[in-house]
Amino acid sequence: MAYLTLHKEEALAEAQRIDDKIKKGEEIDLLSGIPMALKDNMCVQGGRTTAASKILDNYIAPYDATVVKKLKKQGAVILGKTNMDEFAMGSSTENSAYQKTKNPHDLNRVPGGTSGGSAAAVAGGLAVYALGSDTGGSVRQPASFCGVVGLKPTYGRVSRHGLIAMASSFDQIGPVTQTVEDAAIVLSRIAGRDKKDATSAKSGGKLYEDYLQGDIRGMKIGVPKEYFSDDLSSEIKEISIKALEKFKKLGAELVEINIPHNEYALPVYYITVPSEISSNMARFDGIRYGLSVDDQEQSKIGGGNLLETYLDSREIGLGTEVKRRIMLGTYALSAGYYDAYYKKAQKVRRLLKQDFEKAFESVDLIFSPTAPEPAFKIGEKTTDLLQMYLSDIYTVTANLVGVPAISFPIGTVEREGKNLPIGGQLMGRWFGEEELLNAAHTFEIN
Amino acid sequence: MLKKEDIMHIAQLARIGLKEEEIEKYQRELSLVLDYFKKLEAVDTENIESIGHITGSHSVVRDDKIIECEAKIIEEIINNFPDQKNNQVKVKSILT
Repeated sequence: MAYLTLHKEEALAEAQRIDDKIKKGEEIDLLSGIPMALKDNMCVQGGRTTAASKILDNYIAPYDATVVKKLKKQGAVILGKTNMDEFAMGSSTENSAYQKTKNPHDLNRVPGGTSGGSAAAVAGGLAVYALGSDTGGSVRQPASFCGVVGLKPTYGRVSRHGLIAMASSFDQIGPVTQTVEDAAIVLSRIAGRDKKDATSAKSGGKLYEDYLQGDIRGMKIGVPKEYFSDDLSSEIKEISIKALEKFKKLGAELVEINIPHNEYALPVYYITVPSEISSNMARFDGIRYGLSVDDQEQSKIGGGNLLETYLDSREIGLGTEVKRRIMLGTYALSAGYYDAYYKKAQKVRRLLKQDFEKAFESVDLIFSPTAPEPAFKIGEKTTDLLQMYLSDIYTVTANLVGVPAISFPIGTVEREGKNLPIGGQLMGRWFGEEELLNAAHTFEIN
Repeated sequence: MLKKEDIMHIAQLARIGLKEEEIEKYQRELSLVLDYFKKLEAVDTENIESIGHITGSHSVVRDDKIIECEAKIIEEIINNFPDQKNNQVKVKSILT
């Protein structure tokens, strides 16, 4: 199941309103009346918003997220809220506290994560498009697993106001769509500076769909040596090389480049993200909203009234992966370890950003597979922590350095008689969504 | 490997209640990930500053003016309080 909550009445009422407008011959926007889905970590006023966690089981959002406000203004028909890994932590949507979501291409497999419900809904025809959030690949990896398009905009391109925060220096909201053109259309309507998100940037009302010329002649596409090492399976490598040859045929120039600090991207990611998580998740304390538990029994590590509420609410309300990351981050930020973990990671993050600045001096875009494999089986990786983390190897870097990145279908592999989609990823320059979308679009239409 | 006391200390800092059997599990898992982080020791970060804002924006401020919140939003925020009295969130006593 892709949806956690349906907004049946509201959706029908909005559809009726748009129908009436059409009947009267009024002008409507491109997105008016188009049924769409929202990942359940984005607030819709008066609607249940759980982030797939038991701690927010009864939470009713008091306001609209900025993206929701913008889409409502366009007359979007919001069908409901989609399943995800709890608080967007995971790679398969198996960490949802509520239900499993299956991959429409093979029901024994995961849809990817964390925006797995959004990707499965679009791939399965249950929504024309959906919004997801991407902290380390959570829009792109499920898009790759489900054979659809997923865009992570530049950090700051889309307001995060009303998105339940995971790691605030990484999180970006992005569209999951059936085509690159759709991704451009949706981005145009959710992007822009927002007073309620100090990290958001001006977009100048740009219509990204106007930049899809379908011509990439002379464009330079970087191919990082590090991304095509022997660790990459031969079948994914083969499909990626075919995609690169197609780009070449379309007139792009392929340039071999280096990202020297690439091998450190995952450890840097898994130090800095849990650190930000441990801070952001402190708000779930059983006091202000959400689940509040106090069994009045002294737990082993605490004592006292108020402390018991914190300890019990969080013990019962939060899932294993969430607790694990909060504890990892707490450790990385604690006295005596801060310099060795967090500070060190933030330094290496700067070196990675410098690698990208240097790479973009000689190329316009950077290509890689989106994920090292097709969708894996439900339950296959739930016991192996590091294996699960490794599925983010190609996607975390864009969030670490802040650049925009898109995943789009480049081929399929066969597993047990089923064709499973494989996604290719392009990364672009900071705030260079026009070039990025044009390149993926040109690939798609040819 | 992290000791049992380390896990208890982290959990206490993070305000997460743990069951006895979970302590051992987290000892194992957190140690595994922390070992993986050791990879970073190989990177020379001498004279490298920690990164700040990733796209370089800084000191974003707004006018110091009170912006009124819509009554409906206030009402819904209050409705989300697990416990309330006279429209205030009710908290258990800290000092007893």
